[in-house]
Amino acid sequence: MNIVVCVKQVPDTEVERSLVPGDNTVDRASVDGVINYLDEFAIEEALKIAEAHGGEVTILSMGPAKAADSIRKALSMGADKAVHVTDDALAGSDALASSLALAAALRQVGFDLAIFGSESTDARTGLVPAMVAERLGVPQLTLAGKVDVAGSEVTIRRVTDDGVAVVTGSLPAVVSVNEKINEPRYPTFKGIMAAKKKPVQTLTLADLGLEAGSVGLANAASWVEDFAARPPRSAGVIVKDEGDGGSRAAGFLAERKFI
Amino acid sequence: MAEVLVLAEHDSAGEVKKVTGELLTAARRLGEPSVVWTGPGAEAAKPRLAEYGAVKVYAADSADFGSYLVAPAAELLAQLVGEKSPAAVLVAGTTEGKEVAGRLAVKTGSGVLTDAVDVTPGDGGPVAQQPNFGGSITVRSIVRKGTPIIALRPGGVSAEPQAGPAEVEAVAFSATDAAKAARITERSPAEKGGRPDLTEAQVVVSGGRGTGSADGFGIIEQLADSLGAAVGASRAVVDAGWYPHQFQVGQTGKTVSPQLYVAVGISGAIQHRAGMQTSKTIVAINKDAEAPIFEIADFGVVGDLFKVVPQLLDEIAKHKGT
Ligand SMILES: Cc1cc2nc3c(=O)[nH]c(=O)nc-3n(C[C@H](O)[C@H](O)[C@H](O)COP(=O)(O)OP(=O)(O)OC[C@H]3O[C@@H](n4cnc5c(N)ncnc54)[C@H](O)[C@@H]3O)c2cc1C
Ligand SMILES: Nc1ncnc2c1ncn2[C@@H]1O[C@H](COP(=O)(O)O)[C@@H](O)[C@H]1O
Repeated sequence: MNIVVCVKQVPDTEVERSLVPGDNTVDRASVDGVINYLDEFAIEEALKIAEAHGGEVTILSMGPAKAADSIRKALSMGADKAVHVTDDALAGSDALASSLALAAALRQVGFDLAIFGSESTDARTGLVPAMVAERLGVPQLTLAGKVDVAGSEVTIRRVTDDGVAVVTGSLPAVVSVNEKINEPRYPTFKGIMAAKKKPVQTLTLADLGLEAGSVGLANAASWVEDFAARPPRSAGVIVKDEGDGGSRAAGFLAERKFI
Repeated sequence: MAEVLVLAEHDSAGEVKKVTGELLTAARRLGEPSVVWTGPGAEAAKPRLAEYGAVKVYAADSADFGSYLVAPAAELLAQLVGEKSPAAVLVAGTTEGKEVAGRLAVKTGSGVLTDAVDVTPGDGGPVAQQPNFGGSITVRSIVRKGTPIIALRPGGVSAEPQAGPAEVEAVAFSATDAAKAARITERSPAEKGGRPDLTEAQVVVSGGRGTGSADGFGIIEQLADSLGAAVGASRAVVDAGWYPHQFQVGQTGKTVSPQLYVAVGISGAIQHRAGMQTSKTIVAINKDAEAPIFEIADFGVVGDLFKVVPQLLDEIAKHKGT
């Protein structure tokens, strides 16, 4: 089985993140890049499926040169090889353009299963997996809390606020996963050493047969006009419980008409 | 006035969800709202849709929406976008609503704005306000290509009634084979307890690791019930198995923005704050005066939650008694 995992490098969420004033794009330069949290679960699921059914796991990431670090980390978890889609013209791409480039790369690389995280922590749109499924005309099996591959069929347990649904489609298919699906492994020392020698292919827009006019910030279909930092919250009243903490909290709630 | 398509959110029993009223309220600012209804039940829903100013209701009574995932709804919307050339398409910013939006965007070559908490008309089309990075910034954005598709976060815009005709018009629709690739073979709807929905609640009471155990967490439910609130939990609580995952608030859980958020035994890690820091009023109870949650609290009590909360419950009961 040929499994491709779409991995996005995102700014670390442990620190305050922002946009770049001027072009209003995500500030990727001044914050450390890490693998999008949910994509680690996608990698783990791919490795598990490959272990159970045989096959190869390829990491596919679209991003600036810096994303190479995250690709290495994904390889050190145990993936076999990687494809890095990188081109200056892609900078600032929105979900529509990202899905175009990822779909083109998936077509070129070939896949039985394409596994995604269900959402990225920077854009938080959750659009890309459904968009890629639409572009490739393959089953969309998203928001999976469980994935089962049997022969040429994939079945997932889809978990949403509405409840649980069992959804089936045939390979090739797009799958996205949630954070309850597994426990991502840590790279081992051996894994880290081995990752250094694993092949990473770089693809440009031209390699994918795409025009610069269909991607990137200048051509984004969704456009940020401006942004503002949330006004800081004014300092509140903090009291120490002297046996009256509950009453004082009730007093505050009453004053604000919550009780 | 141009039409604005609103994809109605309803459960499998045909009950119209609250967010649909919010979508219609937002759509009225942009043009004439036409509801798009998937599956049976449009006639029964008519009064509710009329209450929020629906002018038309395009009813596509097909079983395909229940049998196949997401793609049929996107196909129906694309068909209607082609026929009606609407000024915008509004969907609920739920996981499923966003997926429909994504597929529709690809089909129509349009931009999508997700997680909008407000939308207003502008010179270049609708302008959406989107909180980003866990609410630390707010972005104003527009769509520059195709038909603007906007996914509104439930609770972002408040639903205001305004009577409309909600004229039901049947639409012939059957999904293509391409839209039938993901088959739904089983469904178990989420248990709806007596409490309000976490993302729609006016008041949320959340508990953290400080509650100590699944039993200890019971005090959070008690406080929530006394305030008519939804219950939330920190990731530490969910990871420990004290409370189910769907109640997790934060970066990898729900984003909430209630009138009142009460954080009990929660330290206030950046990933937790990402899901609640846009709450109007924040109250924190924590025994550690250095806990970061106090930095964003409007009112905080430094103390043992097992002493403070019972007293608070008594006081609330007294208030109710008077
Ligand atoms: C990628 C990533 C994503 C994450 N996503 C989320 C998310 O979505 N949501 C989330 O919540 N977290 C998330 N986290 C985890 C987050 O970093 C914190 O670990 C978590 O929020 C801590 O939960 P807590 O506040 O309940 O526990 P703790 O940090 O352990 O805090 C417990 C608090 O309870 C207080 N306390 C203890 N006993 C008492 C008592 N008797 N009375 C009063 N106070 C008491 C303590 O002083 C302490 O402040 C994420 C982390 C990562 C790395
Ligand atoms: N630039 C990218 N490179 C690789 N995968 C991506 C990229 N952007 C998004 N994805 C995938 O799409 C998922 C959802 O992201 P999003 O739609 O941005 O919230 C992520 O978890 C990734 O699996």
